[in-house]
Amino acid sequence: MPEMFWSVNQSLLVALVDTFKIFACTLIFAIPLGLVLSFGSMSKIRPLKYTIDLIVWVFRGTPLMLQLFVVFYIPGILLHNNIWGSGTDGRMLATIVAFSLNYACYFSVIFRGGIEGVPAGQREAGEVLGMTKSQIFFKITLLQMVKRVVPPMSNEIITLVKDTSLARVIGVVELTHAGYAYIKAAGIIWPLFYTAVFYLLFVGILTLLFNYIERRLSYFR
Amino acid sequence: MAILEVKNIEKHFGSTKVLKDVSFSLDEGNTLAIIGSSGSGKTTLLRCLNFLETPDHGTISVHGSTIFDAALPASENEKDLRRKRLHFGMVFQSFNLFPQYTALENVMLAEQLLAKERPDFKQNKKQIYAEIEEHGKALLTQMGLADRMDHYPHQLSGGQQQRVAIARALALQPDILCFDEPTSALDPELTGEVLKVIRGLAENKTTMVIVTHEMTFARDVADQIIFMDGGVVVEQGDAKQVIDNPQEERTRQFLSRYTQG
Repeated sequence: MPEMFWSVNQSLLVALVDTFKIFACTLIFAIPLGLVLSFGSMSKIRPLKYTIDLIVWVFRGTPLMLQLFVVFYIPGILLHNNIWGSGTDGRMLATIVAFSLNYACYFSVIFRGGIEGVPAGQREAGEVLGMTKSQIFFKITLLQMVKRVVPPMSNEIITLVKDTSLARVIGVVELTHAGYAYIKAAGIIWPLFYTAVFYLLFVGILTLLFNYIERRLSYFR
Repeated sequence: MAILEVKNIEKHFGSTKVLKDVSFSLDEGNTLAIIGSSGSGKTTLLRCLNFLETPDHGTISVHGSTIFDAALPASENEKDLRRKRLHFGMVFQSFNLFPQYTALENVMLAEQLLAKERPDFKQNKKQIYAEIEEHGKALLTQMGLADRMDHYPHQLSGGQQQRVAIARALALQPDILCFDEPTSALDPELTGEVLKVIRGLAENKTTMVIVTHEMTFARDVADQIIFMDGGVVVEQGDAKQVIDNPQEERTRQFLSRYTQG
């Protein structure tokens, strides 16, 4: 029995690497993309704003699981060619693309709230002191925006950890997939339930990290 | 000689005319108080001087050279606009200090950023920053805040925050310092310390334009007064004369509300 326990741990840890890959890559792509989308959604150019509003509506308005299916299968159906490449790497790539687009849309709304939440007087104070637009953004607005978006972003990022489990619908062997596989392969169900420990540890570490960031930014109001 | 000349300024917001044919001039070292009820256009006028609003009509000249002319196309680059802005300093009603910076950092920030444009910045960086710090400290000391330099805005009282804001506006040595109701957001017991500082600046012959509701203060400190109502200048002239002996009926009505209360 102890050998079984260790072999389950081992295979779940391997799967956790893929879970982490989805998580980390999604953040790396979705944060900058979300910032770009948020600027677009505040643009005075109407067609641009409406296009971005439409994209955000579609990605927030349909299930992420459905988006995974669409991103993974539609290119093959339309182009008669699997653009994602064969095997696990292709599935992982499609997952990261779908997750990044989906999360960028959620992030863009949070970022917009963060930017618009900085009082206009801050920008005006910078302007009358002769600062350039980029100086105003980087020296004045940005940190105040970061402080505002940390609590809602921590919510989204914690949700992302658990959403990675959806990737199994297109065959990515992430944590939940690996736990589930033991039902068929070995006739045991406890590894599936045991995956909760890994998620909890992952989220626990993130929570500590967010608390630290909030503390670091608490020196101003 | 007039340091500031404002001619025929008009400003609309949509179909509402907020400023109608406003003209005045101000001599160097003098203080101008702009009074009037809420919505009379006084704040908009001040914001036009600081390029926070663009007038639809009229000109603004400083030291005899036109820095704004509504008749000319607004094609200037950001650098030009920034240089013109620096003729004016602005103290806001709600202070608008940068919360993530200490009092001293608030005062130094703009000067440090401008210093980067100096051709000798790379060679003399250390010395330039030392000078800016010395200047910032001197300004805060002048404001009576020598022991508050390392405090963040939220650790300061409203009166102290507004004095930091005044020091910040003075740091770039503007030709004309503007105040937009500098004491309106303060508790009555804190207005005195801010008014005292402004009074000191007037005694040192700082050219100032002050939008205010403090009539006694305006009478004592200002050289000139403009009374605005409905976007027009109803009356302007010597401060004591306008307050003590207003010529226009509307000015009398407005002032009577203050003397009665």
